[in-house]
Amino acid sequence: MWASVLSARLWPRTLLLLSLCCVGGKCEIEKSEPSATTGIKPFHHDLDEPQAFPDEERASLPVFTMDYPRVQVPIEFTLWVLLASFAKIGFHIYKNITIWIPESCLLISIGLVVGAIMHSVKEEPPAVLTSDVFFLYMLPLIVLENGYFMPTRPFFENVGTVLWYAVVGTLWNSIGIGLSLYAICQIEVFGVQDINLQENLLFASIISAVDPVAVLNVFDDVGVNEQTHIVIFGEGLFNDAVTVVLYSMFSFVADMSAVESTDVLLGGARFFVVGTGGFLFGLVFGFAAAFTTRFTHNARQIEPLFVFMFSYLGYLIAELFAISSVLAIITCAITMKYYVEENVSQRSCTTIRHVVKMLATISETLIFFFLGVVTITTEHEWNWGYILFTLLFALLWRGIGILVLSQIVNPLRTIQFTFKDQFGLAYGGVRGAICFALVFTMPDSINRKNLFVTASIAVIIFTVFIQGISIRPIIEYMNIRRTNKDSSNINVEIHNRAMEHIVCGIEDLCGQWSHYYWKDKFKKFNDRFLRRILLRDNRAESSIVSLYKKLELQTAIDLLDTPVGDLSAAPSIVSLYDEKKGASRPKKKFLAADVRRMHDILAKNMYRIREKTMAYTNKSNLPDNSRAREILIRRHASIRRSLRSESLREMAAPNVSKSQKYYSLQPGVDPEVAFPLRRRSHGGVSPSSSSRWLTSVRKLKTVTEAGSRGSRPEGVVVVDERRPYPREKTPVAAPRKHTFEDGGESVAPPPLPAPPGWMPDNRNVRKNEAGDPLLGKMSHDSQASGR
Amino acid sequence: MGGSQTRPEQNQYQDLVQKTGFSLEQIKNLHKRFRQLSENKETISRESLEKVVSLANNPIKKQIIEAFFDKRNQGQDEAGSSQEIGFEQFLKVMAHFRPPTLKTSPEEREAMRKEKLRFLFNMHDTDSDGTITLAEYRTVVEELLSRSGTMGGEAARAIADAAMLEVASTNVPHMAPDDFYEGITFEHFEQILKGLEMETRMHIRFLDVDTTTMHCGKSTS
Repeated sequence: MWASVLSARLWPRTLLLLSLCCVGGKCEIEKSEPSATTGIKPFHHDLDEPQAFPDEERASLPVFTMDYPRVQVPIEFTLWVLLASFAKIGFHIYKNITIWIPESCLLISIGLVVGAIMHSVKEEPPAVLTSDVFFLYMLPLIVLENGYFMPTRPFFENVGTVLWYAVVGTLWNSIGIGLSLYAICQIEVFGVQDINLQENLLFASIISAVDPVAVLNVFDDVGVNEQTHIVIFGEGLFNDAVTVVLYSMFSFVADMSAVESTDVLLGGARFFVVGTGGFLFGLVFGFAAAFTTRFTHNARQIEPLFVFMFSYLGYLIAELFAISSVLAIITCAITMKYYVEENVSQRSCTTIRHVVKMLATISETLIFFFLGVVTITTEHEWNWGYILFTLLFALLWRGIGILVLSQIVNPLRTIQFTFKDQFGLAYGGVRGAICFALVFTMPDSINRKNLFVTASIAVIIFTVFIQGISIRPIIEYMNIRRTNKDSSNINVEIHNRAMEHIVCGIEDLCGQWSHYYWKDKFKKFNDRFLRRILLRDNRAESSIVSLYKKLELQTAIDLLDTPVGDLSAAPSIVSLYDEKKGASRPKKKFLAADVRRMHDILAKNMYRIREKTMAYTNKSNLPDNSRAREILIRRHASIRRSLRSESLREMAAPNVSKSQKYYSLQPGVDPEVAFPLRRRSHGGVSPSSSSRWLTSVRKLKTVTEAGSRGSRPEGVVVVDERRPYPREKTPVAAPRKHTFEDGGESVAPPPLPAPPGWMPDNRNVRKNEAGDPLLGKMSHDSQASGR
Repeated sequence: MGGSQTRPEQNQYQDLVQKTGFSLEQIKNLHKRFRQLSENKETISRESLEKVVSLANNPIKKQIIEAFFDKRNQGQDEAGSSQEIGFEQFLKVMAHFRPPTLKTSPEEREAMRKEKLRFLFNMHDTDSDGTITLAEYRTVVEELLSRSGTMGGEAARAIADAAMLEVASTNVPHMAPDDFYEGITFEHFEQILKGLEMETRMHIRFLDVDTTTMHCGKSTS
């Protein structure tokens, strides 16, 4: 059923593609010589007016021409990308599909279909995927995205383990598979005796490249524990570096007739040179990028450019010196991210993230797509023995490898990998894009290249489909230890921080080192030197406070950036007004109630937004903006409500009730339930959502508190930070305080005059928010609650 | 380790192994450290802990030191705090930070988690009345944010208030109009911190080798 939908979309595209191919003749990457017909055209152009004038009657003037070879490559590239993107859209229409079938599977399937079509009309796929194109254009994009969205804290906490699995694991796999395949080759039955050891090793190193994109999505969704997740993430990333190094080493060696032991030693030395060189290059370029962004505050439009250019430059220069460019770009991304994101504007930050994701998606999509097409259209060399054994060894060696490596590394870890974790790691070793691209771009001098291509395609398709699809039910069945990511909780956050400090302190008392010690040391170094040099605006702030500010700002701007339709989904002043009217509310209770609620909602927002950054590590989705948006919409709504209350102000009883209540939106209430803004249906959302919102808020309000005079709730005043802040706000918080502590006193807050002529405009409210919502809130709140 | 261990000490160590769950090596190491901190006396006081140089930068240094002297952390039900503690009490406090191993059963993990939560709770509840009131919570947050510059104080208060609200609303969702939320009890505390990953964060790898002689700059003055 969905296949038919997809093919319905596909047909027009493929027909267009085919027709273009037919017209253009055999597709080639080189600029084809202008054919005879096209050769005439430039001449005509010189002579004549633009061809749009159809009134010339000379027979030789073509009215309508087509010059396909000239635009062939860009057009085909664009069409391919579009096709793959349509396919992606198609998948997500049926949400359940992507849960059960990873996207890579779907992309490969589409590729297979297109390949079948092309094959049936005897066309060949464009020979675009050359070694250079892959290494210079596609790989850096994929790796940049991985590096940029690497969750740094878990990574650095587990860095030893990650590198252990990545480097040693890949070496183990390559050498193991290579040697076993070589052993197989010696058996005459399979007829592959002409593959020598070097070629086997080369092939093995390619096959061991793990690309767990599909698996990561599953792990994210299921919420597998952080350690396993970061190990598989980091392993997938760093073993690209290792594989590329091994590949270049072995392909060099494959050309040699014999291998001496000195060559092996040299190989090892080269490995280290390449690794550390890549790392250092990455650091240099990362710091350069960070430093440059310190000065870009007057040239905000080009800020994202620096991120890309510096990383790419780092990559290319590393390629120039034939050191590990992958490692360079990863290090560059990790280094630069922290400082750049503090220096650049919110918009640039968002732009950078989006573009990085987008480029990586294009690159990966193309590769998988191409894989599908190539599967059908190239000539394969199928050799049952070799291929089956390749598959067997790939799985076997990975399993054994993980087992052995875990046994070795577990005693050195505090949180050890259980067998379930290990199984997850081993089973998650799905091969993917890199493997295919590397094998496809092997030098043609290797005479069994087709066999290798076939074998690797077989392995990839097997692992991606079988393992990719089955891993989800298996993981869920196995009940692997999960990380509770539901820390949408101020208390959890506070205690996270408290725990860190406690552990640090106790360690100091014990006189021990651990990674907290290093973390602390680095933090001090960072504060003293790096931040001063690299950051434009260096104010040491608690990470709690600064993170919230930043995220609030970002969300506010995100919200403003969304299409108008979504904003209209937010309850507008008018609709709320109507709602309110209908709600026969006798008194408006303000003050401590409102104040506290405002404050609480805002504080709550901080945590939900923080959650959002976690989601950035999900490889295939950008964080779900709808939730963050909804938070801000709530806030806007609450502010507007208060505004309205203000404008309809009635003098409520001047006594504040003694009891203070804590209320907020119940954390248990799923915001998706209460605020169905998730469905971005522009339209049907506003009235119902606002009413529901009011309902939940109303629930809060029924805990009555005879608010005293309607003073402006905090959030409202805050928004308009340009006005002089009324000092009299201070007493507002007083009742809150007293009631907390005394629990019984009724305190009458002095009446607050309305701030002069403050008449909010709907638009302005939102626009002002963009400036400094939380900052404003924080500082005003602080003044309010300050004694 | 060394022949200077006398018989009574060996027995004592065995005893402590049973009580605290540390290994013999770890206990020996910690005893060394204890002697260092206490300048070879039998007990340590607050001043000796204050002297640890590297602790000076810790924003919640006072609370941490206080936790050692808090009787509630000794596993009994007494309240109040001691002036000086001996090695056994020192160990008992340290025992809160043992990491779970592969062999720890789920019940033991639960118990450990509860212990750790109890430790945190005691740390916040400075007047030992069994609840964390708003004032106490405010102090906690202020201390945590005390290094954060000018915004710290006010932001801290706001955050603390919001946190209290959160606990209240989660645990007592249907408060009547005149109810007053006294403070966070231990059950509420547990409830609200369900999402906290303690197992992977709040532990120390107690070394089995002697590191006290291996590093410079970390010894007490």
